[in-house]
Amino acid sequence: MTTIQPNDGDYKNLRSQDRPAEPSADLFVPQPLDATAREELAAPAPTFWKEAMERLFKNKGAVVSLVLLIILGAMALIGPSMNEFTYREQHIPHSNLPPKVAGLEWLGFDGKDVNGVDQYAQRGVETNYWFGTDEFGRDLWTRVWKGTQISLFIALVAAFLDLVIGVIYGGISAYYGGRIDNVMQRIIEILTGIPNLIVIILFILILEPGIRSIILAMIITGWVGMARVVRGQMLQLKGQEFVLASRTLGASDSRLMRKHLLPNVMGPIIVTVMFTIPTAIFFEAFLSFIGLGLQAPLASLGVLIEDGYDAIRSFPYKLLIPAVVISLVMICFNLLADGLRDALDPKMRK
Amino acid sequence: MDNHILEVSNLHVSFKTRNGEVPAVRGVNFSLKKGETLAIVGESGSGKSVTAKSIMQLLPKQNTIIPEGEIRYEGKDLLKFSKKEIQSIRGSDISMVFQDPMTSLNPTMKIGKQIMEGLSRHMNLTKKQARERAKEMLELVGIPNAEARLDAYPHQFSGGMRQRVVIAIALACNPKVLIADEPTTALDVTIQAQILRLMRGLQEKMDTAIILITHDLGVVANMADRVAVMYAGEVVEQGTLDEIFYRPQHPYTLGLLRSMPNLDAPRTEPLIPIPGSPPDPATLGTGCPFAARCPYTMKVCHDHNPDYTAVSGTQAVRCWLQDERTPDEHVPEVIRKGRQTSEIAADQAAIDAAGGVPV
Amino acid sequence: MKRYLIQRFAYAVITLFIIVTATFLLMQLLPGTPYSNAEKLTESQRAILDAKYGLDKPVAIQYLTYIGNLIQGDLGYSFQYQGRTVMSMIGDRIGPSALIGLQGLVFGTIIGLVLGIISALRHNTAVDYVSVTIAVLGMSIPSFVFAALLQYYIGVKLGWLPVALWENYQSTILPSLALSVTVIATVARFIRSEMLEVLGQDYVTTARAKGLNESGVIWKHVIRNALIPVVTMLGPLAVSIMTGTLVIEKIFGVPGLGEQFTLSILVLDYSVIMGITLLYSALFIFVVFVVDVLYGLLDPRIDLKGGSKA
Repeated sequence: MTTIQPNDGDYKNLRSQDRPAEPSADLFVPQPLDATAREELAAPAPTFWKEAMERLFKNKGAVVSLVLLIILGAMALIGPSMNEFTYREQHIPHSNLPPKVAGLEWLGFDGKDVNGVDQYAQRGVETNYWFGTDEFGRDLWTRVWKGTQISLFIALVAAFLDLVIGVIYGGISAYYGGRIDNVMQRIIEILTGIPNLIVIILFILILEPGIRSIILAMIITGWVGMARVVRGQMLQLKGQEFVLASRTLGASDSRLMRKHLLPNVMGPIIVTVMFTIPTAIFFEAFLSFIGLGLQAPLASLGVLIEDGYDAIRSFPYKLLIPAVVISLVMICFNLLADGLRDALDPKMRK
Repeated sequence: MDNHILEVSNLHVSFKTRNGEVPAVRGVNFSLKKGETLAIVGESGSGKSVTAKSIMQLLPKQNTIIPEGEIRYEGKDLLKFSKKEIQSIRGSDISMVFQDPMTSLNPTMKIGKQIMEGLSRHMNLTKKQARERAKEMLELVGIPNAEARLDAYPHQFSGGMRQRVVIAIALACNPKVLIADEPTTALDVTIQAQILRLMRGLQEKMDTAIILITHDLGVVANMADRVAVMYAGEVVEQGTLDEIFYRPQHPYTLGLLRSMPNLDAPRTEPLIPIPGSPPDPATLGTGCPFAARCPYTMKVCHDHNPDYTAVSGTQAVRCWLQDERTPDEHVPEVIRKGRQTSEIAADQAAIDAAGGVPV
Repeated sequence: MKRYLIQRFAYAVITLFIIVTATFLLMQLLPGTPYSNAEKLTESQRAILDAKYGLDKPVAIQYLTYIGNLIQGDLGYSFQYQGRTVMSMIGDRIGPSALIGLQGLVFGTIIGLVLGIISALRHNTAVDYVSVTIAVLGMSIPSFVFAALLQYYIGVKLGWLPVALWENYQSTILPSLALSVTVIATVARFIRSEMLEVLGQDYVTTARAKGLNESGVIWKHVIRNALIPVVTMLGPLAVSIMTGTLVIEKIFGVPGLGEQFTLSILVLDYSVIMGITLLYSALFIFVVFVVDVLYGLLDPRIDLKGGSKA
């Protein structure tokens, strides 16, 4: 090398401060990285679903909600048969007993009414009613879990039917496009202009009140949101190359929809369903609260809240217990849906 | 030394992530003279944008750590500046042009207002003066009907026009340094040339020094005086444009050049891609970061990261191939040849500088 | 702009027309007769009444009369209260509903915005977690459950505010508060995610690179852009307020439309139910129309000529 000093680029400060120990001369022999290490560098990326599940399980709120929902769901199934009472059996001498659980007295399950009188001792009742009884002496534990069961059933069926209609409508609209899509979208646009609660109330008024009419009324407008999501996703995917490739190979329309489009819209669909469920639970409770819900002796969470509200001053437990249960169910579904949305499609955040 | 307006030395930048701190820039050194253009080239993820943003301190504070290094602007270390001091430097002394003109303008604010914001912040102008200056800037960057366009919104402009607006915003306060982060990547090829020409013209008019960040060697050839090649958060080689293009000394630089199509080359000469992909910065060891992809890897490369070797007065490279202990037969011919020409050129330069006549 | 307005207006009118028609058809389908004492009426008495209310005419004529009356603001007579027009009942009761509805909307929006904006600016800090938790609770707990608990704890147990009387301004506080819970939660969640999105945008970095101070960047660039889409929430918020009034007025004894609606449902006073339904639908359609227009004015990217996003 020449002895000429650097004259332009200033390299005095180029030397790293933390220079490692000078390597010994015997290291200067060719040695490329071996093949396995190279392969390690190019490990395949994990699949979409696996990655999404990993993201979901990192979300503490979603995991706790999932566990709670499983517990609540299990209670809704087995809770009503955990003691000897049924949801409709009246036993007037045992009416309006506050909740009492042996061992949980410190939590307020002490059988005392708002005036601090132990009703069980006063009336000589031997059996403990865990959630107390209503004004007909019906066991509230059984009724609350039966109510949860009915509320969940209504919500799940409504969400499922929304899903079916929405996927079919949105799928057809996006798949055929053109004039069909245009007409179908105008219909949707007008439907979204109608407040769905109004529609639900009107339909309940002309139908016989009951589980079936509540579900029917809810799906009359409920599917629109799902149809929009499906259409949006489908349109986005439709232009992509793998669909074109499959079509070039002669795949039929239905096959294309089933094998290529549906799997790719699953994420947003799942998220939408998860948000539909708490909405449906809310509507059911709402309808029951304004007197358009299920008829006695059937109980849903909304019916129980309505009954409890009427007696709130003397028997607050009648309102508090179903209120806590419905709130828990709603919170868990919302948190789980949030978690799923973040895990499945970070872009859908809004 | 005096003519160095910006000097970056031993800059380290790390990001806090869920899996611990990840180094993105690992000891970067370069300097910039008044009015010159320094190109920083490298693949995505090589740390070139992070380096640029750390000069302006535009990296998110919550998860960025700059454990060591200095960024001296006119002799003062920007990293020691207060928030206020940095804000007064941004946009007035050093400004920046971003990659995507479709997203780098506020969609709900009129173009004129977006230019005037910086002006009224730094130049103490009245509203009227600022508007006048904004209009001049639009004319300067070649937007016709400037007066009327001041009241237009970004979406009413094409991509190329928007990038002109971004450049107008950046140059409005006569900055001494302009950092252009991939300014043409998002544009059509024909527009690219226009924007580059515009930047070069404005540089001459305003005597601005430019740091041009790009992965496009064509852009580099068009614009740069000097080039720094970045790989895995390090500058692995730097030198003048000619040195880097005709006498590359780092196998990575060589690989970059070989993977670039060249119209002059015979059609039979294949493009040679660099095998593999850049290393994950979270798992870098103590060795040379390019060792895994380098065709000339030696035992030493795996555990020891080489320091700079000055090849000429203007060219320096971090590679063990430059070490005297490396057997000559292992150094590929291109590199050996380049080194020799480099020496001759340097000799020549020294003789010229001494005013002597070659014997 | 004109074309956009006309198009939006046409949608509003068509939607309203469909609702009116559907309501009319549903009236025809409803079980029972419109007379409170139908079983006591003789054939001839009924015929006289039918003639009086125009029920003896063909359905098509009835429909036209119905539409004609509607245009003149005539919603018919209450079945329950003899001789009272639905319109006059609505007039009597709209005041309290509007008061608590607007109070809840304004209060909820302000609190929600503050909560959501702070939350986004302090992303992933304790403040953020607290406000996200509040938002999730507000979204999840049904408003009537919340209202009942408010009434029990603040009204009955603590005795701070009137429980269910409508006499002075204090009486409006609890119902407004109960209505605002869903609004707070919805607005806070929405603005938070909008803010986070805008904070990540390149133009915010551009603004910082210009040398603006942080508060200038946040106010002029981030909050401004994040606020614009909040306008679109007005529709859903109006629905949530209207839904809320139905139950919350019942709980707090507010003499408003919602309370009347729930009362009418119990006694099947169809004409009142239909009247309030139509009113709420019209209000909602009006809000949606206003939102469309407002959004077009606020966001320069909306191409007002075609009505689509550029």
